[in-house]
Amino acid sequence: MPRTLYDKLWDAHVVLNDANGRSLLYVDRHLLHEVSTPQSFEMLRQEGLAVRRPDTQLAVADHSVPTHDRGQPIEDPRAAAQVSLLEKNCEDFGIEYLSLTGDDQGIVHVIGPEQGFTLPGVTLVCGDSHSSTHGAFGALAFGIGASECGIVMGTQTLWQTRAKTLRVTFDGMVQRGVCAKDMALALIGRIGAAGAAGYAIEFAGDTVRTLSMEGRMTLCNMAIEAGSRTGLVAPDEITFAYVQQRPRAPKGAMWDRAIAYWRALPSDAGARFDREIRIDAAAIAPQVTFGTSPDQVLSIDQLVPADAAATRTLDYMGIEPGSAIAGLAIDHAFIGSCTNGRIEDLRAAAAIARGKQVAPGVRALVVPGSGAVKRQAESEGLDQLFLAAGFEWRDPGCSLCVAMNDDRLPNGARCASTSNRNFEGRQGAGARTHLMSPAMVAAAAITGRIVDIRTMPA
Amino acid sequence: MKPLDKVEGQALSLPDSDVDTDIIYPARFLLITERQGLGRYAFHDRRDAPGFPIRPDEDSAPPFLIAGPNFGCGSSREQAPWALDGLGIRVIVAESFGEIFYSNCFKNGMLPIRFNMATVTMLHECAIAGNSFAVDLERQQLHVQGMRPLTFDIAAGNREALLNGWSEIARIRALHTDDILHFETAQRAAAPWLWQGKQA
Repeated sequence: MPRTLYDKLWDAHVVLNDANGRSLLYVDRHLLHEVSTPQSFEMLRQEGLAVRRPDTQLAVADHSVPTHDRGQPIEDPRAAAQVSLLEKNCEDFGIEYLSLTGDDQGIVHVIGPEQGFTLPGVTLVCGDSHSSTHGAFGALAFGIGASECGIVMGTQTLWQTRAKTLRVTFDGMVQRGVCAKDMALALIGRIGAAGAAGYAIEFAGDTVRTLSMEGRMTLCNMAIEAGSRTGLVAPDEITFAYVQQRPRAPKGAMWDRAIAYWRALPSDAGARFDREIRIDAAAIAPQVTFGTSPDQVLSIDQLVPADAAATRTLDYMGIEPGSAIAGLAIDHAFIGSCTNGRIEDLRAAAAIARGKQVAPGVRALVVPGSGAVKRQAESEGLDQLFLAAGFEWRDPGCSLCVAMNDDRLPNGARCASTSNRNFEGRQGAGARTHLMSPAMVAAAAITGRIVDIRTMPA
Repeated sequence: MKPLDKVEGQALSLPDSDVDTDIIYPARFLLITERQGLGRYAFHDRRDAPGFPIRPDEDSAPPFLIAGPNFGCGSSREQAPWALDGLGIRVIVAESFGEIFYSNCFKNGMLPIRFNMATVTMLHECAIAGNSFAVDLERQQLHVQGMRPLTFDIAAGNREALLNGWSEIARIRALHTDDILHFETAQRAAAPWLWQGKQA
């Protein structure tokens, strides 16, 4: 019987099934960060347990770390304590920790793939909902809570219920200025923030097949904003080219064995999905959110709704019902995050910023997703390009996507952001977030307004 | 984990849809590394809003919360259930939940219940009217003053864990260590590249 990619990943990791439809799933990879694991380690201590397989764990600090003056002590004593606690826990339990001042630090969902820690065919979890990102490699990856992080460390397994499957097929060539972020937002706008709850999404179609790994990661990253814990893209030559030679990827004869296994992972012809959605990628315009849920999204040329249902949201956002989203003045711009903090994202933003100036009154931050992204960008001169244009060039971390460090917006600030959530208070209490692509954010920073990237000179 | 069998008391009504875990527990409080005493931060930035059912200075709430659809969407932070638990909330009823939040509840002796929209709407009215609520997990029933008993669905594994207050980690280790070893032996042979540790 033909199976989907999700079925194959699932079946290959079932330790046992219980009588009530649950499976004990084996977990191959666990990424840890400083915010979701203190209580998990505490759990292990209370139960007197060791980490079952330290070799399958990799830790890094990203959420609460400052993105400036790296190497200096962290000013906020609580953030400093949280990072030290992760270091100590990793030392006590024998888990590899990528130091804050080392070359490899970065956002968990950026460094996992960079390190070759993320591989096709694995199960991967992390105490972070954007773990769906790793599904771009054809890995079964999903976010878990702190208790589950403890369970994974102590047993290498999790009880899970199989999701239904949803295939989202994007066909056609995207317009100039449209990228994976717009594809993700267009999907979320269409099905809603809970539209894929209970489903594992497989992204398919020729548009997806031509996306780079960076684009695929952006797409899978946002699966959770459609309510799904899991986004997947079948591995192919683009995947293998990305993975090969990564520090932790298999080498030599092991590589040959692995790749033979990975080639068999894509969904079989005739595999049945519980639900199918087709989207004409060529019809997608640049997307911008107007509200406080990622499904409150518009094409750049559309008007904000005027119905009563949106009143509370528009009130919070300080937007007139029925007004145009284009032309709205911003005072902050953020380029970064596990959604759009990779090299391709910085290049797209830089292409817009080149030779221009950030508008007066706008504060614009570029926060690379990892040390490797930062070094690559610097080797291409992108740091100088951004700095000359009036952007700040920062050290890697989650920064203004979660606003746990000192990158935090004041009450009422309006931000064009490449991050993944426009929730109330997400970038600071009372701050207003408009999600869009890196190029759109760069264009907003330059013009001081939300603007249609398609109207900017190439 | 503390067991959950029967819970009785009143209910809060919070009908907004898509109440995400950032609203339940704002990110800046994630710098706290303990899990106890977080009730005061629950809905911290919403409490000033007119009509919000929890006042800024309150650190306790009734044991039932009747919520809007997609409650607990967004971030996986387990501080969301910990903070609600800190307020004394044990049972949350909604049309739908964020999946990770839903799963986190069962790890913390809390019961999330799904009902259809029409039923949840009635429950909001009962909560606002101050009717008493009682849940009987053994019989999978919710009793609300002025309504007929409502039967709810819950996965058998989650139900048993709540009733017994089981620690999942201890239970998996006690019952399935041999199964896990068996799986590992098979995977080591079939996918040896996953067993090499860090590559040289």
